[in-house]
Amino acid sequence: MKVVLRNPRREVEVAGNRRVKDVLRELAILPETVLVIRGDDLVTADQVVADTDVIELRPVMSGGRA
Amino acid sequence: MKCRKCGGAAALELRRHNAAFCAPDFIEFFRNQVREAIRRHRMLTRDEPVLVAVSGGKDSLALWDVLAEDGYRTTGLYLDLGIFDYSVESRAKCEAFAAARGLPLVVRRVADEVGAPVPVIKQVTRRPPCSGCGLSKRYLMNRAALEEGIPVVATGHNLDDEAATLFGSVLHWQTESLARQSPALASSHPKLVRKVKPLYRLSERETAAYAFLRRIDYIVEECPFAVGATSIAHKEALNRLEDASPGAKHNFLFGFLDKARPAFERAEEVDLRECARCGQVTTGTLCAFCKLADQVKRAG
Repeated sequence: MKVVLRNPRREVEVAGNRRVKDVLRELAILPETVLVIRGDDLVTADQVVADTDVIELRPVMSGGRA
Repeated sequence: MKCRKCGGAAALELRRHNAAFCAPDFIEFFRNQVREAIRRHRMLTRDEPVLVAVSGGKDSLALWDVLAEDGYRTTGLYLDLGIFDYSVESRAKCEAFAAARGLPLVVRRVADEVGAPVPVIKQVTRRPPCSGCGLSKRYLMNRAALEEGIPVVATGHNLDDEAATLFGSVLHWQTESLARQSPALASSHPKLVRKVKPLYRLSERETAAYAFLRRIDYIVEECPFAVGATSIAHKEALNRLEDASPGAKHNFLFGFLDKARPAFERAEEVDLRECARCGQVTTGTLCAFCKLADQVKRAG
């Protein structure tokens, strides 16, 4: 399955047919730091994503005070 | 995972609340948290106008959306920092948001007010870019509100922002910052407007989810100068704690506000006067903004 990452925008291929939380763990991304987006919907960490799915992992962190 | 309220399929899990919500129930949860913040700290009333500082990012546009939907008399304030394509794009997002909803938007350019845009200020001061930028924003928000006759500025600071600021202040025991950190600051001088942070009860993942589910077109790209900022490192550290112990950020911030802040507030009484140059409020003779503008002028 295809995973779209942001800042900078890039795409990686990972194995599908498993839970979102397993995909996040493989990519070493903390669930608290991203929205998981499939099409027009948000996906929770316990949902299974198919091998044919495209998901976006959109970072939620903003700001920058020194 | 099922929605806590309706039992339907959940769109978002909130581990710190041990809950999950479908999209409509999450939107209602989010708005209720904002209402609770406003009620608890008497931030706003519907009888007076509020200036909403917007950057084009998820937090400030989500805030503007909630306040406008809830019947507050909002005007947006966009400060154009002059940070290359980032500022061009973020301004366009704010203008599109305002136009689509028929809401008024005031735009001020930092370059007009300080004498140079943020990238030049960064070079001139040789301080971290967020330093001169933050100083300019705080000053210009207050002055714009005074000029527009609006008694209160609302900013999109969220739970993560506030927890990271608190973390930084505690690491260095900056007692003045600890005394000032609050979801609502009253006006302590006729030339200082009130400042409120109605999103302080909501994490940045929650504000991002709200913005996404409300189909708000916000700028996802980060400010190019934020890379490597100390506050980002603090947020990352807190997110690791949160992952191991959901609710850690919430408990850190809310425990401070409830139990520790009053002690720091009592200890830090400051003497306020007006800047000899611009007349805005300062603790010295010349305010930090005028000193910054002088520095820019000397370098130019």
